[in-house]
Amino acid sequence: MSVAPKQQSFEPLIVAFCCNWCSYAAGDLIGTSRMSYPANVRIIRVPCSSRVSPNFVLRAFQRGADGVLVAGCHPGDCHYVSGNYHARRRLLVLKRILEFTGMEPERFEVHWISASEGNKFAEVMRDITENITALGPNRKLRDIR
Amino acid sequence: MKVSTEQLRSYILKDIAVISGENVVECYQCGKCTAACPVSKAMDILPHQVVRFLQLGMLDEVMESNTIWICASCFTCAGRCPRDVDVANIMEALRVILLRKRGVSRLKTEDVRLVFSEGMPEQGVVSAFRKFAR
Amino acid sequence: MRRIGVFVCWCGTNIAGTVDIEAVVEAAKKMPGVVYTGEYKYMCSEIGQSMIRDTIKKEQLDRLVIASCSPRMHEATFRRTAAAAGLNPYLVEIANIREHCSWVHKEKEKATTKAIALIRAAVAKAAYNRELVAGEIPVEQRALVIGAGIAGIQAALDIADAGFEVDLVERTPSIGGRMAQLDKTFPTLDCSACILTPKMVDVASHPHINLYTYSEVEKVEGYVGNFDVTIRKKARSIDMSRCTGCGVCLEKCPIKVDSEFNEGLIKRKAIYIPFPQAVPNVPVIDRTSCRWFKKGKCAVCKKVCPADAVDYEQADELLEKKYGGIVLTTGFDTLKLDEFGEFGYGKHPDIITSLEFERLINASGPTGGKLVRLSNQEIPQNIVFIHCVGSRDKARGKPYCSKICCMYTAKHAILLKEKYPHSQTYIFYIDVRTGGKEFEEFHRRAVEEYGAVYFRGIVGKVFPEGDKLLVQGVDSLSSRTIEIEADMVVLAAAMQARDDAAEVARMLGIGVDTHHFFVEAHPKLRPVETHSAGIYLAGACQGPKDIPETVAQAGAAAAKAIVLLSKKTLIADPCVSEVNEEICTGCLACIQVCPYKAITEKTLDQKVHGRVVQRLLAQVNEALCQGCGSCTAACRPGAINLKSFSNDQILAEVDAVCL
Repeated sequence: MSVAPKQQSFEPLIVAFCCNWCSYAAGDLIGTSRMSYPANVRIIRVPCSSRVSPNFVLRAFQRGADGVLVAGCHPGDCHYVSGNYHARRRLLVLKRILEFTGMEPERFEVHWISASEGNKFAEVMRDITENITALGPNRKLRDIR
Repeated sequence: MKVSTEQLRSYILKDIAVISGENVVECYQCGKCTAACPVSKAMDILPHQVVRFLQLGMLDEVMESNTIWICASCFTCAGRCPRDVDVANIMEALRVILLRKRGVSRLKTEDVRLVFSEGMPEQGVVSAFRKFAR
Repeated sequence: MRRIGVFVCWCGTNIAGTVDIEAVVEAAKKMPGVVYTGEYKYMCSEIGQSMIRDTIKKEQLDRLVIASCSPRMHEATFRRTAAAAGLNPYLVEIANIREHCSWVHKEKEKATTKAIALIRAAVAKAAYNRELVAGEIPVEQRALVIGAGIAGIQAALDIADAGFEVDLVERTPSIGGRMAQLDKTFPTLDCSACILTPKMVDVASHPHINLYTYSEVEKVEGYVGNFDVTIRKKARSIDMSRCTGCGVCLEKCPIKVDSEFNEGLIKRKAIYIPFPQAVPNVPVIDRTSCRWFKKGKCAVCKKVCPADAVDYEQADELLEKKYGGIVLTTGFDTLKLDEFGEFGYGKHPDIITSLEFERLINASGPTGGKLVRLSNQEIPQNIVFIHCVGSRDKARGKPYCSKICCMYTAKHAILLKEKYPHSQTYIFYIDVRTGGKEFEEFHRRAVEEYGAVYFRGIVGKVFPEGDKLLVQGVDSLSSRTIEIEADMVVLAAAMQARDDAAEVARMLGIGVDTHHFFVEAHPKLRPVETHSAGIYLAGACQGPKDIPETVAQAGAAAAKAIVLLSKKTLIADPCVSEVNEEICTGCLACIQVCPYKAITEKTLDQKVHGRVVQRLLAQVNEALCQGCGSCTAACRPGAINLKSFSNDQILAEVDAVCL
């Protein structure tokens, strides 16, 4: 017997790792321009997308996140020259591994959002929230509580 | 179309410059004259193209066109030109050069009454008379 | 147990309007380690700050969490506040409940929940914050300028005039660069040599400038304030202290090769001075073509030299020097036109590039300033210029605009008409771009006063017909195809980065764009700095630009270098990586991902079971590290950590937001 949570009241928890120079700044910009996006997203500031160790992503899923997003500068525009190239490779492998474990690919996404793309930031946040709300709560990799 | 030094330095081009008092090389082909022209829809080549052909010494293209006869001499083109080129003056010069040639009259005396058709503004009447052969 | 203080800012109604401050404060009280919570309307105001300072002392707080606007806004402010109260500034954490919460969420309940989560994360992170102390780095008060074209010359003069020692390194035998090759300069038609050569002489005679011509930078190590540079002084085969520059050797040398300075239009000798105004005015032996070095015979130059300055035994010399800052001014090349068969470059002597035209019309050029057709030595009458040869061409050339071609072609048209009034120029263009002071007027003058005929369109084919060149093009303004019988065709080849630009960038640890131009730190706000502190850019090595812009940029780069050199020491950001030597396995995966070459290997002698063994370890140079943290994610055992963004800190944040 399983107890399925009611789909209507499901509010997903999404953890977003944003690089300080581009995506976090885009988050600030969308605030300054008073646009909105769903409150389900919790942003954690990192200096660069390359700082995001796969460990952090797994930990987020373990602790109950329904979706994880990593956002960095556009490839070629990294504040630290080449950080996001490393992040791209590293996180692509992680995405494959997560898929391999049976997790829906939509639950872990990587996006490139520059400091001027406030609209894109909001759009990405809306899309990921919508997708994950549709998918329902994550059960893979979770702590037994 | 061959472009040569002779063609660029043709005496007719000099005549046009003298009669119109305009220097076609001043034009940088923004096209504002055409955009402003109230009668450009009826023209086979557009006013800015007339200037362009003159810049390149392509006289036949201009002389064969109906554009110089359609031109109502309203001087809108001249008023709008950012380079201070008076295209209407150039049109007039082209007409004068053609009219001075014998045997190439474009309008017949029978057509004169058409000029006085109803609703024709005074300036239109004056400019229409400019287009008659002598 | 930590003593964390949480301060919640209302930001007027900016935060308080959508976030229930009272509920947030209540929730914060229950967070682990929190001993004090406060709120105020404007935390960043003087009253708010003094409240923070007083509370730190009264409550003996050892960590601060400020829930307010973005850390990008006021992190520095609150760090200073903490420091003023005697708390290490790096023990402050900011929870961004304005830009990332109250401003973007309309529903009060959701915004309040999120604000609490964000504060919980900041509190959890703050618990792991450590006291960090910014270190000091000494600054070597000497600058290195690489490349001695107009950019390098200007930068070197400016830095030297400020009283600092400058070493100017140039790869070719003389300074002067591209500008020395030019005839006149737009839009003033100043003679290029007349304005450049005095500067060249200034460089040579400046007491603070050491000139290293025919030399190359071979290795750059170190970091801002302390660059260790190896310079290879190539063997000139001439004793510079003895040579008087009399030039007898040049006359007698029997070997002739293409002159690089004259774009191969004439020959030079194997022993040569690139051009008459060269600085230093001392010849050099090109060992790849010299008969003595190839066959061991000849030695004519040695025999005729009255000063006994020729020295075949001279060897390359390696200089190791230390610099505080580096200005990179390596200039540009022009695009090779092999891909553009339709223009026929290389197939007919009268089809030339603009740089070759520049040499031909130059009074000190191969023809003494007489413009002649290279096929028959006659003066050309009809000359066709073609813009954008390889520029704005993403298929075979470069997608960018080379910026200077419109202007120098207009200049060529004017020079030509002045010299040969009967000549006629035809110019094919895509757009004429004349952004610059007096530029549009100059271009219009070429059209209106000097009779240059511009066709809006590009040439499809150039081919010889009889002793002429038939040029087939189009004038898209009149939609007519154009055919011109030309005597000479001049191609405005695209500017491109030097062939070895990517290698140079790698050596210096800076970035290049997709076209190998060096990348500035910020396209608008830091245009002459690079991402590597202490390395500055000027001139066309950063992107196509004209002489006034190059000189302005060189002055700006020099000013930046002077700012650096005028400090005895630098304060380093302490948020850098550190290695836990106990668990580092020495795999050195971190070295591969570091964009700043800040990580190096070291060996550590360690006693294991009574034996001394050597362990390979990674070590971080704190002055070079910029704190991106790429190494931390690459580290397999988790031995490398980023201060103020450590694994513990980020994991604590993740745990806290997921609660």
